[in-house]
Amino acid sequence: MVVAVEKNLGGLSSAEYERRLEKFEARINRGEKIEPADWMPDDYRQQLIRLIHVHANSEICGALPEGRWIPHAPTFKRKLALLAKVQDEVGHGQLLYRAAETLGPSREQMIEDLISGKSKFSNVFHYPAETWADVAIIAWLIDAAAIINQTMMAEGSYGPYARALKRICYEEAFHMKHGYEMCVVLANGTKVQRDMLQDALNRWWTPIMMFHGPSDKESKHTAQLVRWKVKLKTNDEQRQQFLKQFVPKMLDLGMKIPDKSLRYDKASDTWLYDDPDWNEFKKVVNNGGPVSQERVEARRLAHRDGQWVREALAAAAERKPVPMPPTN
Amino acid sequence: MTDTQWKVFEVFHQQARGEPHVHVGSIHAPDAEMALILAKEQYSRRQACVNLWVVPAEAILATAYENDDIFERATDKSYRESWGYKTPKTITTSDEATKRRSDEG
Ligand SMILES: [Fe+2]
Ligand SMILES: [Fe+2]
Repeated sequence: MVVAVEKNLGGLSSAEYERRLEKFEARINRGEKIEPADWMPDDYRQQLIRLIHVHANSEICGALPEGRWIPHAPTFKRKLALLAKVQDEVGHGQLLYRAAETLGPSREQMIEDLISGKSKFSNVFHYPAETWADVAIIAWLIDAAAIINQTMMAEGSYGPYARALKRICYEEAFHMKHGYEMCVVLANGTKVQRDMLQDALNRWWTPIMMFHGPSDKESKHTAQLVRWKVKLKTNDEQRQQFLKQFVPKMLDLGMKIPDKSLRYDKASDTWLYDDPDWNEFKKVVNNGGPVSQERVEARRLAHRDGQWVREALAAAAERKPVPMPPTN
Repeated sequence: MTDTQWKVFEVFHQQARGEPHVHVGSIHAPDAEMALILAKEQYSRRQACVNLWVVPAEAILATAYENDDIFERATDKSYRESWGYKTPKTITTSDEATKRRSDEG
């Protein structure tokens, strides 16, 4: 596989570059997938690496706030479900690192970049999960928002990413359904439970509104990504789809949307809202959020603590004596 | 520090006996045995599975997409297909053939 990072024309004459670009775009327009060995513009490769890497990091970091709640799950069934969800999310991360690897970077490097703070993860995982209701809101609404994004990306033009996403979306369905069930139970519970659910929504609303990324006015990448079918919908279109599908459900559960600017416009059949503060979004995803450092540190410690396991596996594969776990 | 990038193994999944093994993805592992264990965790958490294969990715030799014209059918290959042959539903033999057969018989 050719891994060399091409700059601009990648050493091609501009006529040759144009010829290849035309073939590449024609293939995408026919609805065909691009495979790792195919020629692709360097921009396409770099954008995909960035997107898939951030996506993989987000799956891994998304497991952190939920993982912490496993010991505190209120019932055995909830504990089983949460365990399964967290295992799925880590599995998604692994699938996605593999997909990104087909474009050049190694898994070890990508994990290293996450730990060193060089690469980003989703804004929503920079906030703490303070109560059990947060777990319910995350599983229902954040997984729902992620499903909107992922089912769209699964139709994208890059083969390995699309295939990984098909598998991932299938598993996400249970996460969201389980999250919804948790919210329904809380919404129909005692006053303490209902208040807890509302309090969680109050804290999560803005991060969720930011989840699909900066508004189309601010997002510089979108047009080209849409043309190359890396993305099939803009950030605002995804956000609108989320609001249409889920605001009525939240209202049905008696939840109050903590956003006074949000209103439904019948004529255009859209939800109108004031843009959230995109500067806060940028600060948060650059590891300036409430628990950004904690998340990266948790990931670093997990990687360090797992080192002896990886060394043991490597030694066993070479039929060498297997080191013992460290004692402390 | 040990290198834990490891080799890539391609994973094939069989849903039921009698079904073909289908490629579902790939996985990193230090050896084939471990690849099987990890493949089971990664690829058989949901769907039914009766058998898994793991194959070192480097053992796979593939055609190149840019040479996909080798699969193009330049000539009429209908003679390789059952639909390339037409036979009537009922056989009516000519009087002459019937006569010849009875003469010979
Ligand atoms: Fe996931
Ligand atoms: Fe999920």
